[in-house]
Amino acid sequence: MPYTRELKELIRKVEATRPARVERKKRGEEFPLLSLKEREERLRKYHPDFVEGARREIRVGVNKGYAISPEIVDLLEARSRVDPDLIDLTKIAYETDVLIIGGGGAGTAAALTARERGAKVLIATKLRHGDANTMMAEGGIQAATKGTKDSPYFHYLDVIGGGHFKNDPELVYTLVTEAPKVIAWLESLGCMFTKFPDGRLKTLHGGGTCRKRMHYAADITGAEIMRTLRDEARNHPEEIKVLEFSPAVELILNEHGHCSGAVLYNLETEEYFVVKAKAVIMATGGSGRLHIQGFMTTNHYGATGDGLVMGYRAGVKLCFLHTVQYHPTGAVFPEQAEGLLITEKFRGAGANVLNIDGEQFVNEREPRDVESASFIRECTERGKGVPTPTGKVGVWLDSPMIDMLWGEGTVKREFPGKYILFKRYGIDISKEPILVYPTLHYQNGGLEYNCRCETSVPGFFAAGEVTGGVHGENRLMGNSLLDVCVFGRIAGENAAIYAKEKFKDGKLTLDHVRRYHRELEEAGIVTDRVAPMLLPDYTNPKVRERQLTTHYLGTLR
Amino acid sequence: MEEQGVKKEELVPIFIMGKRYDVPSSLTIQKAMEYAGYQLIRGCGCRGGICGACGTVYRFPGSYKIEVGLACQTVVQPNMYLAQIPFFPATKRVYDIEKVKPSIETIVKYYPEVLRCLQCNTCTKSCPMDIEVMDYIAAAMRGDIARLAELSFDCVMCGLCTARCPAEICQYNVAILGRRLYGKYILPKAEHLTEMVEQVRQGKYEQMLRELMDTNEETLKKLYNEREIEPEQADEFWEPKDKSFL
Repeated sequence: MPYTRELKELIRKVEATRPARVERKKRGEEFPLLSLKEREERLRKYHPDFVEGARREIRVGVNKGYAISPEIVDLLEARSRVDPDLIDLTKIAYETDVLIIGGGGAGTAAALTARERGAKVLIATKLRHGDANTMMAEGGIQAATKGTKDSPYFHYLDVIGGGHFKNDPELVYTLVTEAPKVIAWLESLGCMFTKFPDGRLKTLHGGGTCRKRMHYAADITGAEIMRTLRDEARNHPEEIKVLEFSPAVELILNEHGHCSGAVLYNLETEEYFVVKAKAVIMATGGSGRLHIQGFMTTNHYGATGDGLVMGYRAGVKLCFLHTVQYHPTGAVFPEQAEGLLITEKFRGAGANVLNIDGEQFVNEREPRDVESASFIRECTERGKGVPTPTGKVGVWLDSPMIDMLWGEGTVKREFPGKYILFKRYGIDISKEPILVYPTLHYQNGGLEYNCRCETSVPGFFAAGEVTGGVHGENRLMGNSLLDVCVFGRIAGENAAIYAKEKFKDGKLTLDHVRRYHRELEEAGIVTDRVAPMLLPDYTNPKVRERQLTTHYLGTLR
Repeated sequence: MEEQGVKKEELVPIFIMGKRYDVPSSLTIQKAMEYAGYQLIRGCGCRGGICGACGTVYRFPGSYKIEVGLACQTVVQPNMYLAQIPFFPATKRVYDIEKVKPSIETIVKYYPEVLRCLQCNTCTKSCPMDIEVMDYIAAAMRGDIARLAELSFDCVMCGLCTARCPAEICQYNVAILGRRLYGKYILPKAEHLTEMVEQVRQGKYEQMLRELMDTNEETLKKLYNEREIEPEQADEFWEPKDKSFL
C-alpha cells in the first residue's frame, strides 16, 4: 500500500527541511549527542523497561526474587510440557557426542568447531536449520579490523559504554579480541562481505560506535552469514546431523548432576523422544515472540525463549533479563510490514529521524535504548508523532538523504532487500522516508555463562542470544552477529573437548523437573500453563471458540 | 454494529488449498491463513521476507498464469487460490571449500545438471525476489562465477525455482556454491584484516585491555566520554589524533 494522501502531505514537511539538513550533515554538524547523565534521565522517563508493571519477581528457582518481564516470569512459573514420569529414559532414540539445541548462527557455528575437534554433532532445531534471528540481522557485524584508526580497545569501550558499564569484562574481552578472527573465518568460508576493489572491507558506524567498524554484506548480512554457515555444515553430513521441527522441551541430567541430553518433541507427529549426549549446547536464541508489553517484534517466528526455561529448570541462573532491547526503527507502515526491522545501517549512513513537523529531535546514532526512548517521548509526551491510517504512530526515517549524501542509487545498491520490499508496496524509499517506531528486538540477558561458554551445570554450555552478560544492559548494533559467531565457536570447541576428556557416564534423570514442579506447588503456583512455549499462537480467537473437541479420538483432534 | 468512525474492514474470499475463507483485505497470505484458523508449523519462518520458508503458489480463476510469492510478504487478493510449498526435495552436493576452484569445472563436477538448462525462463518467472535466475544459471554454465554470485545475491533459497524447473536443476544450491567461490577466491582478500588478526595473536592489545578490565566504573565513564568519534562523513583513510591505543 503506497502512502495515503494525508501521509504524502506530511512528507512535504520532511522534504522542506531536507536540503538544509543535508548541508549541515556535509559540513559535519550533527544534532548534539546526549551526555551520559541525560541518557540515563531519558531512559528512566521513557524506556519501556521503566514503566509501571514492566517487571515482576520470579517466585521459584535459583533466581527467586529477581524481577524481570512478566511475560518471561509466566514461562518460568509454568509446568513442563510433558510428565517426567511418562518419559522412558532407557529408550534412547539418538546418541551423540555433542547435542546442540538450536540451529541458528550460534548453534551452527558451534557445530562446525565441535566437528573440527572430532566430535559427532546432532543439531536439534524447532523449525528449519537456519530459521533464526541470525538470518534476519541486517546491518552488520562489528570488529576492529582497521589498525590505523581502530583497535579492540575502542571496541571494548563502545561495548561496555553501550551496556551501561554493567557488562562482564571477561566476556567483553573475549568478544572484542576474537572479533577480527571471526571476520577472517567468515571471509575464508566465502562470505560475500561488501568490499572496496582492493579487498578492503567497507565499514560503517552503528549507534554508539566511535569508529566505523560495522562490516556488512549489503543489507542482508545475517542471511549471508547464516546461509554460508549452514551450507558449510551441510558439507559434513556424516559428522553434523540435523533434526528439524524437533525442538527440545527439557534437558536431561545424569546421576552426577551433569547435563547428558534432552527430551525432544516432533512437532509433526507429536512424539517425545530422548537424545543422550556427552555435552549439550543451548543456542535457542531470543524471545521477541513473547511480545513483551504488547510490543510488535522484529524476531523470528520461533523466538519464544525456550532455552531460558529449560536452563532455569536445570538450575542455571539468569542474568541481565531485567532489560529488554527495543529496536528504534521497526516499520509501522504499511500494515503488512509492521514490526519489520529497518536496519540501523540507514542511520549509520546518515538518515535523520524526524517528527511530524519534519524536525530533528534526537541524534540518529544514540545507542538503541536511548534512541528508542527518544522516539517514544516524541510520540507520547510531546505529541509530535506521525499518525498512521491504522491508528498507530511513528516518526520519519529520512532514507532519501542517503542518496543525496552518497550519490544517486546508493539506497538501491546498499539496501536492496528493503528497497525491493517497499517497492512492492508502492513506496520508493530512495525518494520517500520510512515511517518507524520502536519494536521488540533483543533479549539482552539470559543464561549465566563464562568466556568458555560453560554454565554452572557440568556438560552444559550456552552461546548466543540465550545468554546474558556480554552486552550488559543494552547491546550495540553489529555485536549480536559477532556474539553468535564468537561464542558459538567457543561453545563448540569446549563442548567437544568436554565430551572427549571430562564426560562421565551415569544414569539419566529428569528429577530436576520433578523438583521444579514441587517447588511451584510449594510456592502456591497453581497453573495449567506449560513451557517452553515453542510457537506463538496467532490463530483467530473466534476460530478457537469453535474448536470444541473434548478429547483426542485417535489422532484427530 | 460497528462503532461510528471505525471502518469495518472489507473481507475478501480466498481459497486456501481450494477451501474458501473470507479474510480482511489488508492481510498477507500468512496472516490470512492464521486468521482462517491455521496454526502454522511449516511454511512460516522469519515473517520478514528473508528466510525463504513460505514460498507460495497461486492462481486466479480463469487465468492460465501461475503466480508466486512469499506468504509473509504478499497481500491477499480476492479469489486467489493458493498452496504453500514449504519444502521441496533438493540436491545439495558435498564439497570441500578449501579444495574447490572458482571455475566451470567445479560447477560441472558438482552440479552437471545445469547443462540440462532449457532456457525456458520459468525459474526467473517463479522467483519471488525478482532474481534473474536463468541468467545466473547461464553464467554458471559459462563458468562466470562472479556474475553467478552477484546475480543471485538476494536469493532467499525458498525453492520455488527448483520446484518448477523442467531440467530438474536445484538453482539455489548452485547459487550458494557460486557465491562462496566468489567470496573466497575471487574477491580480493582484506589485508588489513589479516594484519589485525596477527596483531591480536601477538598480544599487542593484551595489556591495554587487561588494564581497561580492571578500571573502575568512574574512570571507564570518563574514558568513554572522551572517545574521539570518527566523523560520519570521514573518508576511508581518516586517522584519529590520539593514536596511543591503536
